[in-house]
Amino acid sequence: MTVYDLAVVGGGPAGVAGALTAAQRGLRVVLVDSGVRPGGQYFRHRDVPDEPATKGFERFARQVRALEDRADVMTRRQVWAVTREDDGFTVHCLGGAAVRSRRLLIATGAHDRPLPFPGWDLPGVLTAGGAQALLKGHGVVAGRRVVVAGTGPFLLPVAAGLAAAGAEVPGVYEANGGLGLARHPLLALDKAGEAAGYLAALARRRVPYRTRHAVVAAHGDRELEAVTVARLDRDWNVLSARRVPCDTLATGYGFVPQLDLGVQLGCATRPDADGTPVLSVDAAQRTTVPGVWAAGEPTGVGGRHLAEIEGRVAGLSIAAARGTAPATRAAGVPDVLLRRRTRMRAFAAALLAAYPVKDGWRGWLRDDTVVCRCEEVPLAGIREARELGATDARSAKLLSRAGMGWCQGRVCAYPVACLAGGGQAAPRRPIAQPVTLADLAELTLEEPHD
Amino acid sequence: MSDVIVVGAGVVGAACAYYAARAGLDVTVLDRGPVAGGTTGAGEGNVLVSDKEPGPELELALLSSRLWRELAATGGGFEYEPKGGLVVAETPDVQERLVELAAEQDVPHEVVPADGLRALEPELAGGLAGGVHYPQDAQVQPMLAAARLLRHGADSFGRGALKVRLGVTVTGFTRSGDRVTGVRTSEGDMLAGAVVNAAGTWGGELAARAGVTLPILPRRGFILVTEPLPRPLIRHKVYTAAYVTNVASDSAGLETSAVVEGTPAGTVLIGASRERVGFDRTTSLPVLSRLAAQAVALFPALREVRAIRSYCGFRPYCPDHLPVIGADPRAPGLHHACGHEGAGIGLAPATGHLLAQVLTGRRPDLDLWPFRPDRFRSGEDR
Amino acid sequence: MTFEITVDGRPVPARPGQTIGAALHAAGIRAWRTTRVGGRPRGLFCGIGICFDCLISVNGGPVERACLAEARPGDEVTTS
Ligand SMILES: Cc1cc2nc3c(=O)[nH]c(=O)nc-3n(C[C@H](O)[C@H](O)[C@H](O)COP(=O)(O)OP(=O)(O)OC[C@H]3O[C@@H](n4cnc5c(N)ncnc54)[C@H](O)[C@@H]3O)c2cc1C
Ligand code: FES
Repeated sequence: MTVYDLAVVGGGPAGVAGALTAAQRGLRVVLVDSGVRPGGQYFRHRDVPDEPATKGFERFARQVRALEDRADVMTRRQVWAVTREDDGFTVHCLGGAAVRSRRLLIATGAHDRPLPFPGWDLPGVLTAGGAQALLKGHGVVAGRRVVVAGTGPFLLPVAAGLAAAGAEVPGVYEANGGLGLARHPLLALDKAGEAAGYLAALARRRVPYRTRHAVVAAHGDRELEAVTVARLDRDWNVLSARRVPCDTLATGYGFVPQLDLGVQLGCATRPDADGTPVLSVDAAQRTTVPGVWAAGEPTGVGGRHLAEIEGRVAGLSIAAARGTAPATRAAGVPDVLLRRRTRMRAFAAALLAAYPVKDGWRGWLRDDTVVCRCEEVPLAGIREARELGATDARSAKLLSRAGMGWCQGRVCAYPVACLAGGGQAAPRRPIAQPVTLADLAELTLEEPHD
Repeated sequence: MSDVIVVGAGVVGAACAYYAARAGLDVTVLDRGPVAGGTTGAGEGNVLVSDKEPGPELELALLSSRLWRELAATGGGFEYEPKGGLVVAETPDVQERLVELAAEQDVPHEVVPADGLRALEPELAGGLAGGVHYPQDAQVQPMLAAARLLRHGADSFGRGALKVRLGVTVTGFTRSGDRVTGVRTSEGDMLAGAVVNAAGTWGGELAARAGVTLPILPRRGFILVTEPLPRPLIRHKVYTAAYVTNVASDSAGLETSAVVEGTPAGTVLIGASRERVGFDRTTSLPVLSRLAAQAVALFPALREVRAIRSYCGFRPYCPDHLPVIGADPRAPGLHHACGHEGAGIGLAPATGHLLAQVLTGRRPDLDLWPFRPDRFRSGEDR
Repeated sequence: MTFEITVDGRPVPARPGQTIGAALHAAGIRAWRTTRVGGRPRGLFCGIGICFDCLISVNGGPVERACLAEARPGDEVTTS
């Protein structure tokens, strides 16, 4: 079997930039992604560029074309485990395929972080990223009348895209103040410009953008028929509420980085500015496990620009680390790149600070509100687990089953940790994707040789 | 001040606290983590008599099996399922040995010929040589079992008789001369008439703080969990004869044997691996692969079923495979209830019941001599 | 450009490259699975393979995520 110099898991901006940078320096590179084409969560486009064109898509598409000329790009491959051998790694994909490499770049991105509220499991309630994926990836407008709610600048492109595609958007509800964004000096640089553009687009279509508002309940018999929109105080307690009819809700309260593969390999994690566990990396994007680099959201949510820079830094560092000599700090990485990364990380931290999740959301829940969707554990179940002696998310899971189901807590880990206490812990998922027992049984775990 | 301090809120500590409180003692349970956060949170919940060699452990298992049934009938809430166990043999030789073992055990059982296996387990693979059915084997959900025992203990004997304090680490012992008079903790000293070491795999570490040795070592085990199945595929706790020999083995190397069973949640649990590698939590794909291979060999219908998670824990292993139960003559006032290896869930109620008898000065229902804390010669099997 | 798949026997149009989940959602079918415990309706939620709410079975195979399964002409989708 081919042993690559570098295997990159994840084909978003970070993975593609990292793979391309390393390939351009002569490394044998393979990129593995679960999607039908590279793109990740941001560039999930069909072959036809969308209208209005997603910012940066042309540039990304160019990088992908360049990468395809120089490296193996394997799509439709879901990685369920990565193992470490004496002199490299094996990336195990569903269906039995495996890829061998000497070095590994984890660029697995992030997914939406929803918050629970009564009715959030009704069909018609989607994550903001889900609505975006339907539109960009499949040309499907999520609904006719779509409410957008949550926190963070990501709500804006979602709402603008839906409105441009013909959906009626009765409102975009931002739970935080929102003003913090425009006022922050750093934000004037970059995203704020982008955000202002989206806000203007929404205003042109007469879509109301309301800060300190949230959807606190969803109603319907078998499907979504209306939501309760509440005005919030600064801690997100409900001040007043009204009903807004709609057939679809797109909601998200930030993002959860996907760390599973890094944690499998034993990479150290650290709490990000808002407490979210992320992979610890040094100036060269190296994790604490030799031979493993990480870039993009797994090292801290920061958006596509930062992801791309981190990917490039990782690619350069990996190329410089060829041979047996261990990489010195950020060897081979030009200072300009490092300075841009520093600035963008500060920007990312400012965004996290401007769009926190405030405790008041807990008051939106009723005893029977489902918290864990897979195992259908209601708020009362979590409370009972606490009364039985659970003091953190893990023990709450053991005593209530919250997080034990199909999704392995990807959706509910955050709210469960908030409700159970004890802080956010890095996820332990030795099996990162459901794998058939036959595939697991027939796994060949050979020692690598050149 | 309590009559008794129990260190460890795993299933064994919970059972000790429950029976001590039931016997009229004031009990405080301390744990550095949550309830059932140690090995109990990583166990499978088998309550087995079938895998025990005739002797003291089997006696303990039989008592425990009866007590679990009683506990389920009085308080319950921990998914007690008296589903029975089926041990299967791959070859006629092994079947012969299984039948002999069953006869020596002298517990209710039924020898199942090869052509009778499918009547008990329709999805079993063909080509097996037969098996033995043990109707007494049962299952509990171990975390809930520990939590409910503590809860029932507190509720049924009046709150105050059983208190649980979590997030408290025991760092040492208070002494008066030789005598252990209480514990030193992260939250200050706490005095008691007696202290029970129910620290499971960490029982040796805790004993050392009282200046006594208990040679308890971690024996790692992985469990695979499948997706929830729409219809139950497996009715009993089914395992291969190799399980019995692995359980009794002294090897530090990896041993695996199939133990397969369904749960009320629809998932199938697949165990069991045993290896002594210290407290290393890194997932070992080769171990998971072997567990999967053994499970699909036993139940071919599992081939296309997906594993969705796995977890591991560290069984409290003693060199002679017997738990440590009773007063420690080397440190008066200190009692032990730990080192149950892979059977602590099954053996918890009997352990708690017997220890409560010791604590209240009664004669225990079973002879505790084989479980005495000072039975290990120092340096043995290290 | 469109082709047909069936969902519990009912024809649903799909486009090349679309997932079965997207095709169902586009056809106005938003609830297709019923949960084990509460019997609640479910369909797409995360849309990107994270939540497992959208489970279906294609051509009699094991359950899989509708939001990841690419629709192919003639696919017979069953829900539970
Ligand atoms: C994979 C696997 C499968 C198993 N399957 C089964 C099965 O099917 N049936 C069965 O009967 N058994 C099974 N077992 C074994 C069973 O889990 C253990 O024997 C049992 O849980 C031991 O319980 P315990 O209460 O002694 O220990 P634990 O549950 O580990 O409890 C000890 C507690 O002590 C606390 N503690 C330790 N030191 C201190 C300190 N200094 N201060 C404060 N607190 C402290 C810990 O935090 C912990 O909560 C299995 C084990 C494994 C690993
Ligand atoms: S909609 Fe979440 S996995 Fe398909």
